[in-house]
Amino acid sequence: MIEAIAVAAFGAAAVRVGTPLGLAAIGELVAEKSGVINLGIEGAMLGGALAAAVGASAGGPAGGIVAAVLTGTGIAAIFAAIAIGRRADQIITGTAITLGATGATGLVAQHVWGVGGAGLSVPTLAPLNIPGLADIPFIGPAFFRQSALTYACYLLIPMVSAALYHTRSGLRLRASGESPDAARAAGVNVAVVRAAATIFGGACAGLGGASLVLAQVGTFTERMTAGRGFIAIAVVALGRWHPWGAAAAALLFGAATELQYASQAAGSAIPYQLFIAFPYLLALLAFAVSRRGERGPAGLGQPH
Amino acid sequence: MTAIGLEPSARRARQVLHLPVAALLGVATLAVFLWITGVDVPLALGALWRGAFGSWYVFTSATLVRATPLIVLGLAFAIGARGGALNIGMEGQFAAGAMGAAAVATWIPVDSAPLAVALLLLASLLAGALWIAVPAILRARFAVSEVITTLLLNFVASALVSYAITGPLQERSRQYPQSATLDAMWRLPHLGRVTRLHLGFVIALLLAAVVGVVLARTRWGFQLRAVGASPRAAAISGRMDVGRIAAAALLLSGALAGLGGGIEVSGVSYALYQNLSPGYGFTAIAVALLARMRPELVVVTGILFGALDAGAGAMQRDAGVPSVAALVVEAVVIVTMLLTARKSP
Repeated sequence: MIEAIAVAAFGAAAVRVGTPLGLAAIGELVAEKSGVINLGIEGAMLGGALAAAVGASAGGPAGGIVAAVLTGTGIAAIFAAIAIGRRADQIITGTAITLGATGATGLVAQHVWGVGGAGLSVPTLAPLNIPGLADIPFIGPAFFRQSALTYACYLLIPMVSAALYHTRSGLRLRASGESPDAARAAGVNVAVVRAAATIFGGACAGLGGASLVLAQVGTFTERMTAGRGFIAIAVVALGRWHPWGAAAAALLFGAATELQYASQAAGSAIPYQLFIAFPYLLALLAFAVSRRGERGPAGLGQPH
Repeated sequence: MTAIGLEPSARRARQVLHLPVAALLGVATLAVFLWITGVDVPLALGALWRGAFGSWYVFTSATLVRATPLIVLGLAFAIGARGGALNIGMEGQFAAGAMGAAAVATWIPVDSAPLAVALLLLASLLAGALWIAVPAILRARFAVSEVITTLLLNFVASALVSYAITGPLQERSRQYPQSATLDAMWRLPHLGRVTRLHLGFVIALLLAAVVGVVLARTRWGFQLRAVGASPRAAAISGRMDVGRIAAAALLLSGALAGLGGGIEVSGVSYALYQNLSPGYGFTAIAVALLARMRPELVVVTGILFGALDAGAGAMQRDAGVPSVAALVVEAVVIVTMLLTARKSP
């Protein structure tokens, strides 16, 4: 009985920790499918986290979510203007966006909350039990007693999957990523498609930042995303550039984080750092054993 | 990758003009940000200046000490980029190099100082190369982009450091999460009695000279530049194995970044800690870009960003501005370089 409760609590924590990664990854996946790799989502996520904390303080959790999405969108739009509008190198642009967002959020946070920080003044999102589903053993507590943002992630995954693989727009988007020249020859405005995909990615990253603040940590601190945006890029790769794959990979990263704590608490002989490193090593291994078509869109990272 | 800006060696004056422009634009943007967030701008910028250039002691012991890893990592990024490979994993290789250095100092019995330091630096160089070996092999054999693979390994390196300093490399009392403090023999000597500047700075200058000569004067350097400038042209010429040359550039880049970690352990920290680098691996990208990937200019831009780093610390102490504010300057500099590089193909 106690073990069952522990397993359910572990599952719930893994899903909660995996949610910001899943949200950011589903957005980054759409951007990457269009041929854009955006290292700036780390910055968009951090900006979203700050905006969520500020917005929630002013207008409750809903205000925080709106502010986070707008901020993530804005940060991705700056990236798009430079990397797509001016065709600058995507990797370098993304690095600059993340650095700039880290500096700017640090300054704004101190301006808003002073040296003491936000503390526990930020309103948070309470878990919502989904009637019926929440009572399924194991699965219910893990997946269906979560915050609204986790459910948003559940909805986004099939929606993105359907849009990518079953609509004309999705086909255009994938064509822009696989073969931008052919896409343009077929009448697709590759730059517009890529910009739209990137900005969608920024909105999702902002949402991921919001879930980190409103459903997981409960406050904002300088550099609080701590590389989660970069982890989302790893999640996309480990998920083989597929929405369901990314969802599974995000869950794996969440579980690995939680296993690390569980292993420390249990005094396990296995170094807990192995759990942290495991999903990254798995992603690396996936690159080594995958075939050409499974290593991401062919035009990924190339300006057009 | 062409947008990073590789140009023929002519028009030197025009090539360095961007440097003060981008730097000033960066500081001006910072000033605007500080003003918007209600900071006393003259006080903050005054503290920034004094913290970087306020006295000879501050300049050598703060600015140049921080410039040292930035120059080494800037060279590391530049050599990769000249070969058409973007090494985003310098944080990881830096950590690997620092671990290699601490491991040698902990486990290898040596009794002469020059030999000890040489061994330590060699170990850090090899550790850095080892850390980038898998991305380099994946790039050479399967054309897997180095960007995601090197980025992934940053996180693995961080986990490994965490294990090392609480496990096999932990100091003898097993109280603190760090390695044993280096004996004097393993330390890079200071360059004077009253300064914290160490021999590593001289090593960084020598490395810049060596990298410059290798790139400009050797056959391998020429191949590297050819591959970086136009992989397809290099492949079509039939004399170069593009994948192998890019992989070699990555290996060298990783080795240099690892050496940066070794120099930091042997010259500054004297022990391995978690998060030894405050983000040098990313700042160095700005260093290399502002230098347009030219080794001799990396020395100048490395010192500029070292000054920014040192000044940011003083700004936090004296004006209460969070030191991450300096990252705004880095971002503006990078973006300025990206946008101006477009105009000179």
